[in-house]
Amino acid sequence: MAAPVLPKLVGQRVKRREDPRLIQGLGTYVDDVKIVGLRHAAFKRSDVAHGRIRSIDTAAAEAMDGVEAVFTGAQIAEFLDPMPIGTPFPSPEHRAVATDVVRYVGEPVAVVVAAGRYAARDAADAIVVDYDTRPAVVDPEVAMTGHPTVIHADFDNNLAVPLVPSGTGVSPDGKTVDDTAVDRAFADADVVVSQRMVNQRLAPTAMEPRGVVAHYERGKDTMTIWSSTQNPHILRTFIALLNGMGEDQVRAIAPEVGGGFGAKINIYGEEYVVASLSRRLGLPLKWTEDRSEAFLATIHGRDIIGYIDVAATRDGKVLGLKLRLIADVGAYNMLLTAAIPTLTMLMANATYDIPAIRTTLTEVFTNKTPTDAYRGAGRPEATYFVERGMDMLARRLGMDPAELRRRNFIPADRFPYATQMGAVYDSGDYAKALDRALANAGWRELQRQRDAARAEGRLVGLGLAMYVEVCGLGPSASLPTGGWEHAQVTIERDGRISATTGASPHGQGNETTFAQMLADQFGVPLEHVRILHGDTGVVKQGIGTFGSRSQAVGGTALHLAGTKVREKMAKFAAALLEAHEEDLVFEDGRISVQGAPDAGKTFAEVAAYAYVPVPLPAGLDPGLSEEAFFEPANNTYPFGCHISMVEVDRDTGELALLRLVAVDDAGNLINPLIVEGQIHGGLAQGIGQAMIEEVRYGADGQPLTGSFMDYAIPRAADLPRFELDATVTPTPVNPLGAKGVGEAGTLGSTPCIVSAAVDALSGFGVTHIDMMLRPEKLWRIIHGGQA
Amino acid sequence: MAQVSITVNGKQRTGDVEPRLLLVHFLREQLDLTGTHVGCDTSQCGACTVLVDGRSAKSCTIFAVQADGSEVTTIEGLADGDNLHPLQDGFWEEHGLQCGYCTPGMILSAVTLLEDNPSPSEEQIREGLDGNFCRCTGYQHIVNAVQNAAAGRA
Repeated sequence: MAAPVLPKLVGQRVKRREDPRLIQGLGTYVDDVKIVGLRHAAFKRSDVAHGRIRSIDTAAAEAMDGVEAVFTGAQIAEFLDPMPIGTPFPSPEHRAVATDVVRYVGEPVAVVVAAGRYAARDAADAIVVDYDTRPAVVDPEVAMTGHPTVIHADFDNNLAVPLVPSGTGVSPDGKTVDDTAVDRAFADADVVVSQRMVNQRLAPTAMEPRGVVAHYERGKDTMTIWSSTQNPHILRTFIALLNGMGEDQVRAIAPEVGGGFGAKINIYGEEYVVASLSRRLGLPLKWTEDRSEAFLATIHGRDIIGYIDVAATRDGKVLGLKLRLIADVGAYNMLLTAAIPTLTMLMANATYDIPAIRTTLTEVFTNKTPTDAYRGAGRPEATYFVERGMDMLARRLGMDPAELRRRNFIPADRFPYATQMGAVYDSGDYAKALDRALANAGWRELQRQRDAARAEGRLVGLGLAMYVEVCGLGPSASLPTGGWEHAQVTIERDGRISATTGASPHGQGNETTFAQMLADQFGVPLEHVRILHGDTGVVKQGIGTFGSRSQAVGGTALHLAGTKVREKMAKFAAALLEAHEEDLVFEDGRISVQGAPDAGKTFAEVAAYAYVPVPLPAGLDPGLSEEAFFEPANNTYPFGCHISMVEVDRDTGELALLRLVAVDDAGNLINPLIVEGQIHGGLAQGIGQAMIEEVRYGADGQPLTGSFMDYAIPRAADLPRFELDATVTPTPVNPLGAKGVGEAGTLGSTPCIVSAAVDALSGFGVTHIDMMLRPEKLWRIIHGGQA
Repeated sequence: MAQVSITVNGKQRTGDVEPRLLLVHFLREQLDLTGTHVGCDTSQCGACTVLVDGRSAKSCTIFAVQADGSEVTTIEGLADGDNLHPLQDGFWEEHGLQCGYCTPGMILSAVTLLEDNPSPSEEQIREGLDGNFCRCTGYQHIVNAVQNAAAGRA
């Protein structure tokens, strides 16, 4: 039998279908949306970190040309309730626009509505706010003492979440803690390494800043809201809730979204305000964030201190691990703020079979921008702490860091593996990923090169890190929004395929990968499949794109919906062909009897019959459109190994990343080209964190990194050519065997680069360096003794 | 208000503008050419890059009045009808974009890069794109895209 003309597309490096419009400037991002009568909003923001608003003078602003309205926080509060959060933790009241006390620089205090962008900004600048300033606190370990200030009256010692224990001997409700096993592990250990580490605050920095357009139509009593969001359905839920509208009355649209990286999961105050003002004023209204505004007003990521202790035998078997976490959540809880650091606890087991683990978590309010999910969201932090701890242990024991990992891996035959932290790892083969990375990097040769360079006086170092992350979020029990995903697949009358997905992409290429799957499933050309997303008016239901869940959860929903349609279509084809449906093949745009390709019908002919079914086969309804919800039974746990080689300039302290070798196992891959792109991007952000990125505040709470002048993100010349490879360990959690890959690059990269830098500078007695590895810090290590 | 006359993508366009109006806002809001994006307010990110009199320039750093009498090419005007510019093809071929927000500026910067140096080394490409930020790709596929375009032209 002849091979099909149409090649199978799953697993192929298919060029993206999104690109033709984007490379010609024909995509529509939120700020490109125009509506007749559109007005512009601008926010006046606090320039003090902590203080009570004594007065706000809006007279000058209101008198300016083009200004239509000015609202203070108190006026907004008359019609807009405080912002809801998505976690069960106690939370202080958080107004979209402050009414009384401001708690971080950038907190909105008033909003202007004007005819134009410039007029709105001019008027916001003309608002005069008088504050009774209060002391600010920016160090969470100081804030925990309750001095010099208490940020929220009902939260003693600024504790957003007082100490929560987890791990070995902790009851599921967290109420009883039995330390026996952990204490014994540390008592039995030959060696214990301990270190305080800081996983610093970062700015997510999608290249498209946030933006929102809201259009309330009084005649229909409906609201359409365009937002640069990762999850339009969740946005719809919250916008409806705070406007006292039904979800049926609100249509949320995520048009082209210029990157998100977790920061566009949140539902922000600006979205609530713009929507409610559009309704109140009966006008379409737009707000577009400036970059400098984004550094203050969009959530930050990370900012967590870890005190780690690793107990081991002298031959490198880890007996126990303690990790005490202090998370600086900034001034308020946003949608998922309180939950992110719990993921750091969850992943403290890393890739190792550790018999006893105790973690504790304390979350602390400070006078800074709130934190929330940033690419990796809790898991890069866990990976960083544990992998740095493992590296310190290897160094203490004089053991090869790869060999130390190997001695402690969860063996490949132990999956599914229940961790001390309550996770059940689905599948894994960590030694395989390690071996592949060592081989690809040429580990022994690299060590020889490093030693040779050192002999010449150069400061060259090697770093290695393993990672495992929790992805494919997640069962509904783990997400307040629900953890399923939804899809609908429709065969149109002409045989074209339209499919909707609730996984709303912002650069991930779902229009391509999902079309690849359906083209294969139905044996039709890729060009005949259209993936629709990002519009609650078109996509019935959905959760969104975060936690590396698009493929594992959204892709599976699509596969299930496609399977249903295919079964029904086979019944129609069987009736037309007088054949048994189980004998039919879908191939090359035809449905035919196995072994007799000429005795078939075209895909379009069968589709046409399904919509004009004369005669209607017994037991069938007309039409070809089916939907599916997919609720995963578990998360997925992708893993990998990253290796880096760095060199520090002895004279300047500058760190150069010479090599970065990564082996990532995300299970089955739909489009390896897109997967590589995802890993590249994650690596760049991890490298940015390790080397150049850090949100800094002065002691008075003033941001020191308020623009790209002060906050560095990696540029092309900062990065080497990455050396990627993959092992494939499918997950049993979904029928695709796909685990997810969007965040992977941010996990292994930070510890492997810091460990490489420590290796490079080990001759100076250093055992740990906190990120970021700026030249001045490294120079001081090199020259500290001589300075 | 001042009147400006700028040739944009081959067409003469005029407008009354505030002297402080940035070229990027003139293009986006008065001419509806929204392919040129704004990614920062300090002239670092390069999302707003266009060609002014044939050379790449950040349109957030130029007032519309300064561009009076100039010829401006935006991403919408780069292709020759239905024939994509080699750099557009290169970005598509090599997966040089993800979210696409930096892409128009990145492509237009690369136009000038390749005009100045038709066969750049990888290092020269990376240095040459120093004024354009991308947060999605880690730049490797962008480098590949520029190499692809350079090879296609050679």
